[in-house]
Amino acid sequence: MLTHVWIIPLIPALSFVAILAIGKRLPKKGAEIGIASVAICLVLALATGTGWISRVNHPPESAHAEATAQSVEGHEAEATATASATEGEPAASADAEHAEGGAEAEEHHVTPPVQRNVTWFETGDVTVKAGTLIDGLSALMLVIVTFISLLVHVFSTDYVGGDRRETHYFAFLSLFTAAMLFYVISDNTLQMVVGWELVGLCSFALIGHWWEEKPNSDAALKAFLTNRVGDIGLLVGVIILYFAAGKTFDVLSLNTQANAGLIEHNLLLIGSLCLITAVMSKSGQFVLHTWLPDAMAGPTPVSALIHAATMVVAGIYLVARNYGVFFNGLSIGTANVNALAVVGCVTLLFGAFLAFVQTDIKKVLAYSTVSQLGYMVTALGVGGWTAAIFHLFTHAIFKACLFLGSGSLAHHIHSFDMKKDMGGMRKRMPITFWTFLIGTAALMGLPLITAGFWSKDEILAGAHQLGGDGGYRFAVIMGLMGAVCTCAYMTRAIWYVFYGEPRGKSAEHDLHENGPRITVPLIILATGSILVGYANLPEKVFGIGVPESLSLRFEHFIEPTGAYFPSADNSFSHPEFVPWIALVSALAIVIGAGGAYLWYFKDKGPHGITERNKVARTGYKVLENKYYLDWLYTDVIVGFVKGPFARATNWFNQNILDGVVNSVGKGARGAGEFVYHRIDQGVVDNVVKGSGLAAEGSGSVLRKTQNGKVQWYAAYLFLGATILAAIFVIVAS
Amino acid sequence: MIGSLLAAAQNADAPVLVAQNVAFGIISVLMIYSAIRVVTAANVVHAAAFLVVVLAGVAALFILLGAEFVAITQVLVYIGAIVVLFLFGIMLTRAPMEGSEKMSRDNWALAALTGFVLLVLLGYTLWDGFGKNKIPADLQPTSTGALSDVIFGQYLVPFEVVSLLLLAALVGAIVIARRD
Amino acid sequence: MFLNQFLLLAAALFCIGVYGVIARKNGVMVLMSIELILNAVNINLVAFSAMWFNTPGANPLAGQVFALFVIAVAAAEVGVGLAIVLAIFRNYKTVDLDQVDLMKG
Repeated sequence: MLTHVWIIPLIPALSFVAILAIGKRLPKKGAEIGIASVAICLVLALATGTGWISRVNHPPESAHAEATAQSVEGHEAEATATASATEGEPAASADAEHAEGGAEAEEHHVTPPVQRNVTWFETGDVTVKAGTLIDGLSALMLVIVTFISLLVHVFSTDYVGGDRRETHYFAFLSLFTAAMLFYVISDNTLQMVVGWELVGLCSFALIGHWWEEKPNSDAALKAFLTNRVGDIGLLVGVIILYFAAGKTFDVLSLNTQANAGLIEHNLLLIGSLCLITAVMSKSGQFVLHTWLPDAMAGPTPVSALIHAATMVVAGIYLVARNYGVFFNGLSIGTANVNALAVVGCVTLLFGAFLAFVQTDIKKVLAYSTVSQLGYMVTALGVGGWTAAIFHLFTHAIFKACLFLGSGSLAHHIHSFDMKKDMGGMRKRMPITFWTFLIGTAALMGLPLITAGFWSKDEILAGAHQLGGDGGYRFAVIMGLMGAVCTCAYMTRAIWYVFYGEPRGKSAEHDLHENGPRITVPLIILATGSILVGYANLPEKVFGIGVPESLSLRFEHFIEPTGAYFPSADNSFSHPEFVPWIALVSALAIVIGAGGAYLWYFKDKGPHGITERNKVARTGYKVLENKYYLDWLYTDVIVGFVKGPFARATNWFNQNILDGVVNSVGKGARGAGEFVYHRIDQGVVDNVVKGSGLAAEGSGSVLRKTQNGKVQWYAAYLFLGATILAAIFVIVAS
Repeated sequence: MIGSLLAAAQNADAPVLVAQNVAFGIISVLMIYSAIRVVTAANVVHAAAFLVVVLAGVAALFILLGAEFVAITQVLVYIGAIVVLFLFGIMLTRAPMEGSEKMSRDNWALAALTGFVLLVLLGYTLWDGFGKNKIPADLQPTSTGALSDVIFGQYLVPFEVVSLLLLAALVGAIVIARRD
Repeated sequence: MFLNQFLLLAAALFCIGVYGVIARKNGVMVLMSIELILNAVNINLVAFSAMWFNTPGANPLAGQVFALFVIAVAAAEVGVGLAIVLAIFRNYKTVDLDQVDLMKG
């Protein structure tokens, strides 16, 4: 399965076509095709995961691997530590790897990733390959994506059942699954760009699923356009790295070269900064996160799948996949502060603040997602690779649980407004309540029993221990503050939704628990929210040793080994369990959840402070307006371009450029009058018109060329091509 | 043309094919005159008639080059079908039969300039690139059988694609021209 | 016979065709000029085909096959082109391409 993993994205892609073609005529409007294909994918993904685990347990001998690796259509490259450094100076890099990583390598058996590729296209001497790369990370992502996708498919059959565009909905779910799977198994950055754009497209289509309502289509456009900003960064970054690494898109080669120091540090730095822009847009990091809460306009299962569990972690995956580039480019191992960590910290804290003032439960969860993605970026920024991926894993499960829970709540009342339309749901929807509560506990990081605790704690421990002298102190502090806020806003959400008296629409409707197609996925996810935390128990918890066969299993299987991952670097290490951080984060829960409990449940504290106190009111207003970022983007920047800037350009165009052009034209005409009248009319005038290309840049002349007369365009085309060809001939001869 | 004729005459090594060269000269002069008339004639039907002359000249050149089947196809398809199609087009659009209305646009000078520059460029390039190349004197006419072998062997797939293209064009033309 | 005789004649036809495409007002006439251009190409193809007549390793018939393809494509082009001209005539009551300037910017 490890070598034929390309089948996995192919299945949902075919399912997309099949649903569009025949979905409408099927009794379930195409849902059955989608579910079947994703279920097959899940099985195959699990097979891949199992295959990977056995590969880690029994690393192949390279000779044996080569013997089995022959295949007809492509050649399988077993990227071992020595074979991976490409054209550069292979011997030198391999020696350096061995010298530095000798101690590590003995401890960790090197399990080479399974790479398999075929030639995609050749231009000149450049050969671009397309292929698949399977290691622990991609195997994990395959399982997460297919697992969540399957549950969301099942949930959706009830949730969007009878919708007017149900078929399209399932078709795009399939396409999204295919795109995301394609993205995570890519073995080169170019392919990743393709997958990245495809998931963006599906996100656009699904956010705007109910496009008849203006806010929904606006939200879809906003998501798309905001992501375009980051996509520029992605493209520029990929191109920089392509040339920096000696014209290769290959992820393994790129990272191996970065780790071996074959790429200049500044190039790596600039490349990784560009990629961080991409991460900021796709993974909703601060200043480009504004699209993510608006994206909640889409159907709730879509929010669970795309805007919480899978697509938004594409940015995290991008960093994790190219970690050699980031680790060396940003000097993560030796620095005390770097761009990635700062972006993550700011996001985790500011996102958590914003979640306080939302009245829409999905927006609370959306900002919570922003904040949790901040944790992951922070973890990557401080060097805690495994912590980040582990948090990605646990977060995917409990956040999907929370989102689907909110969908279950809103299924009958068709409203997500906690203050107006919810309240008292605890008794009437018990399964939703309990699963939501477990998800919340995991999000808060309830010590020892929930998944969120283990992963968040590892991030904080990493921030404390990793990095240069003294570690990333600000990340620890901000992470703990974020944890307090997380607990507080989730307690607030629980209070509004489940306790108190029913309000608004929930009072009007006769509410009851939803059917099994909604509750079963919730129960599965809630169970997962508790269990998956034990996948990466630290070696010692409060001094009690954990048996080796149970501890750090996640790290053992998922974290890449070999030259393409900076684990051989001296400054790379793994954090250990720190009792005081665990205690402090438990304390954070007590402070956050307790404070909010007192405020909402017991009605204690200075209520109405926002009306009385000016500072509090200002703070509340800033939060309510989301730090005025949207105002900045739409009113200030767009307004400036539309208003003063456009006017200034227009003035310049009218008064200066037109003046120049007019005087040139007048001069030409004045001279032309001396010439025979016919030539003047026939040649000079027309040549002046035809030289519009030469006078490019002048709005007035360019406007004249856009006269809609097709033959003028033909004339420009022929003349332009002729002149170009003439230039080539002259240059060549 | 005359230059190349002279050059051929001066080249003593190769046998000079006088008959072919004379035929070529006559055909080419006729073709160029007709082509110019096609793009300048005031009467649309006259232009179509001159187009027939040009197309016939092309067919004659094909025979001169030994491509008999292509020449016959040229006559059948172009003169037999396409020109008739043009005449139908002229008739259906009720274009003026007399030269009363202006047939050329105001930018004819720009067009002339473009054409002239292009001609100079092409002429220079051809002269520079193929000045010495000669068509083999022992040129034999291509047999239609050999041509069909190639079309239905090596170029079978392109051939089928072309037939599909023709079908698509047929459907497209009907859809566009249909009254509804 | 020199190869250039044919190539230069084709070049002349091509340029006359380009002139016609740009300068003619009538849509049908523009299509005729396009035919001139296509025929110029065909002359080139057949001339080169004759040029490589007895060169070992070359396929002397490829040029002729492609000339046939060009003729087929030209037929398709005229069919669709004339249909478009007819549609224009029906909607605008003219075939003067200057009157059809919907692409005006």
